[in-house]
Amino acid sequence: MENLIGLLVLVPLLGAGVLLCGGRRLDSSAPWIGTLLAALSFVIGAVLFAGMLGRDGEDRELGTTVFSWVPVGDFRADVGFQLDQLSMTFVLLITGVGSLIHLYSIGYMAHDERRRRFFGYLNLFLAAMLLLVVADNYLLLYVGWEGVGLASYLLIGFWQHKPSAATAAKKAFLVNRVGDVGLSIAIMLMFTTFGTFAFGPVLEGADRAGEGKLTAIGLVLLLAACGKSAQVPLQSWLGDAMEGPTPVSALIHAATMVTAGVYLITRSGAIFDGAPDAQTAVVTVGAVTLLFGAIVGCAKDDIKKALAGSTMSQIGYMILAAGLGPIGYAFAIMHLVTHGFFKAGLFLGAGSVMHGMNDEVDMRRYGGLRSYMPVTFVTFGLGYLAIIGFPGLSGFFSKDKIIEAAFAKGGTEGWILGGTALLGAAITAYYMTRVMILTFFGEKRWQPDAAGEPPHPHESPRTMTVPMIVLAFGSVFAGGLFSLNDAFLNWLEPVTGHAEGHSPVTAVQVTAATMVVLFVGVALAWAQYGRAPVPVTAPRGNVLVRAARRDLLQDDVNHIVLVRGGEHLTRSLVYLDHTVVDGVVNGTAASVGGLSGRMRRLQNGFARSYAVSMFGGAAVLVAATLLMRAV
Amino acid sequence: MSLAAAASTTSTGEAVQFWILAVVAVAGALGAVLMKKAVHSALSLAGTMIVLAVFYLANGAYFLGIVQIVVYTGAIMMLFLFVVMLVGVTAADSLKETIRGQRWLAGLCALGFGVLLMAGIANASLRDFNGLGQANSGGNVQGLAALIFTKYVFAFEITGALLITAAVGAMVLTHRERTERAATQRERSTARVRGAHLPPLPAPGVYARHNAVDVPGLLPDGTTSELSVNATLRARGQVRDVSGDALADLAALEQRSEKWLERREDRSHSQGGAQ
Amino acid sequence: MNPVNYLYLAALLFTIGAAGVLIRRNAIVIFMCIELMLNACNLAFVTFSRMHGNLDGQIIAFFTMVVAAAEVVIGLAIIVTIFRSRHSASVDDAGLLKL
Repeated sequence: MENLIGLLVLVPLLGAGVLLCGGRRLDSSAPWIGTLLAALSFVIGAVLFAGMLGRDGEDRELGTTVFSWVPVGDFRADVGFQLDQLSMTFVLLITGVGSLIHLYSIGYMAHDERRRRFFGYLNLFLAAMLLLVVADNYLLLYVGWEGVGLASYLLIGFWQHKPSAATAAKKAFLVNRVGDVGLSIAIMLMFTTFGTFAFGPVLEGADRAGEGKLTAIGLVLLLAACGKSAQVPLQSWLGDAMEGPTPVSALIHAATMVTAGVYLITRSGAIFDGAPDAQTAVVTVGAVTLLFGAIVGCAKDDIKKALAGSTMSQIGYMILAAGLGPIGYAFAIMHLVTHGFFKAGLFLGAGSVMHGMNDEVDMRRYGGLRSYMPVTFVTFGLGYLAIIGFPGLSGFFSKDKIIEAAFAKGGTEGWILGGTALLGAAITAYYMTRVMILTFFGEKRWQPDAAGEPPHPHESPRTMTVPMIVLAFGSVFAGGLFSLNDAFLNWLEPVTGHAEGHSPVTAVQVTAATMVVLFVGVALAWAQYGRAPVPVTAPRGNVLVRAARRDLLQDDVNHIVLVRGGEHLTRSLVYLDHTVVDGVVNGTAASVGGLSGRMRRLQNGFARSYAVSMFGGAAVLVAATLLMRAV
Repeated sequence: MSLAAAASTTSTGEAVQFWILAVVAVAGALGAVLMKKAVHSALSLAGTMIVLAVFYLANGAYFLGIVQIVVYTGAIMMLFLFVVMLVGVTAADSLKETIRGQRWLAGLCALGFGVLLMAGIANASLRDFNGLGQANSGGNVQGLAALIFTKYVFAFEITGALLITAAVGAMVLTHRERTERAATQRERSTARVRGAHLPPLPAPGVYARHNAVDVPGLLPDGTTSELSVNATLRARGQVRDVSGDALADLAALEQRSEKWLERREDRSHSQGGAQ
Repeated sequence: MNPVNYLYLAALLFTIGAAGVLIRRNAIVIFMCIELMLNACNLAFVTFSRMHGNLDGQIIAFFTMVVAAAEVVIGLAIIVTIFRSRHSASVDDAGLLKL
């Protein structure tokens, strides 16, 4: 059983190796090879899952050490795998959604000449992401962490002939790097604190370490999570990452990779439980990002960027839940899984729409597509209902629990967090309704593309619609299934633990409030876009709208604070270097040179000058002798 | 004159001698330093050394006094003069200083040193002079010889070695390796007979007012003969041509007398005009 | 007169000789000044001999003369050699410390 875990990672890695090194003769078969291997790893995951279900709650964890990686003296870094309920959840999500998106990509990338490479990258991503979640220590997790970063970089910049894509890839890589530095510092701190970085010893020893150290580790872990999960302040890369092919956006930048931060925080729960300050930072980041992403999502006309804002916002919910501690971990993961379903489905739907509309991304040029793409419309619609939290669908269960848990935090903090989450739910309803109406309802605002070709919307091929249908099923039923008898909660409890908070409001009250804000959001959107005609070119809008279109000025802030600041720092350092450092060096050289120049005069080669100094010395000697005698 | 007084003072005769000769010695020393020509310096120094020889004698160092005259004044100073002649007796040094500050520094150092030295002497308790009466009782030369060949015999031997080394060194330094083969007697006679000048070279000129080796003789056509002057002088450019002097003098005389005659004529003319 | 005046005279002559070494450029004159200094020393030695009433001072003066003779021989040889190659006896011309 344990060996299967290694195989889980190896299979897609093998696929990546074969596809990337295989040469052109694999060009035609590459999509199928990649998809097959992804499916195979899903099957392995399913077998492991079945095996896990066959055991009791406490015995479900599997662990194996494959080989000793870096044995130096007392220092040991092993390549070891650990598969517990939390990892299992991720494995199934990654391989399941991953396989579906591979399948979808067969149709979506059918006409791309470099699809062999594309599927190789996708397999590489799967391998890295699986490594990330099944690693049994932080160092190996870091390898997977960097691996997904690399795959993300390669896939965002897949259409590298577009300068915007190349720039976006670079931006994502650089911003992620800031977070990665956080993770590497966290690993170093763990090593100095605990002497190891295996999950077991670190998490068990967490309550013995001082709170200061735990807070420090927690904060750098949060930095890492912010980088990978596009949370404020490292959120700026996610919107640009939409330059990548849509399946990539669905898989990596919606369903799986961006949730790695949530995994990291949940996995390191013991550390955060011991560091309340770090937890406060986590919930603050989550709450801020929740609103930030939602507001950005409201203003974007690009369908993918609107969804990207939504992703940011939803991950904000998860981070918020994870920051709440044991009351929230399970709900964070639950929302993560349901979000994986409906957000992947929404992205695939968006991809399908773009596929039918000559790769047009501006929602203002869609409209009335529901009758042309029925399957897309239905699946997208189900995903839409799920994300806004329509009763009975996945999002309803998971998001509701998070809002409840936020209130359960207690005190003023609980009220603020709960209120923020509720407000976020309202904005979510608003912007998703906006997307829905602009795309599928209203009149046709189609525009001819750059070549003058008017779009001929049509339903996508079977390879694309099947994954969308499967994901739609997940969007509809996953939440209910998980909540049945608290199944998900009990499943994860051995890993994350669970605690019931003392909520000042009852669950029914929260649900009612959610319904109210949901209705308000939908009604507002309908009033604005459903009743009134939608202009093809966006109106200028007020200051807030314009700021939101510019991603709430995040790039400008980065530019002013980091780029300008860096430039000023560099300039002052250069100035310092030129004046002080060079001054000291040159001054030393100049004074030595000047002194030498003067000393050189003494060595003029004239024997008589030497004689004078000798004679002077003799006179001094006589004087000294006389003085000594006199004393 | 008591014994103690004899130890600390000298006879009046010696005092007079000292005060006179000391002035001479210092003047000679200053002359050696300040004279422009090396020859004059050497002669001044010789004078100082003779005075010093007298002082040695006065101090009871009879042997040294004689040696000073014979060796120093007679041999070493003559060696100096010899080298001065070799280098060029006419060359006068410019006393203008070329190294900046050298003279000031030298003066300062010398002044300081001299003052300190004299202060040291004055400061030391040098009141008691034992005199050499007892030491010289067996004769000064005998006394020195006894010391040299007993107490200082090793120093004496080493000094001998030093002198031999110095002699060899001087020979090595001044010796010049012959770079070409020496001419044989046959070659020299061939060159003499077959060469440009079979008869002896012309003698330097003998004139009414000049008769020296640096004055070239006159050829029958009235021009000077370079050959008549020593090759060394020619190389140094020290050939003095006096052949035109007499004619130039005559021309000047004629010009002066002409002027004198003109003036006389003018005077008589003006006297005649007045009449 | 106190015989210590001989010592003052010796000091004066020595100082004059030293100054001469420093201010003259002609190697021969410098050499003569050195001889002057040596002679001044000799005078002091002879005077010391008289002061102490033994002949050791005179012996030292004697050795000084011998060594001075050897030194003069070598020194003049060097001067002659330099003069041959440089046609000058100025010590400043030999400032490069090579022929």
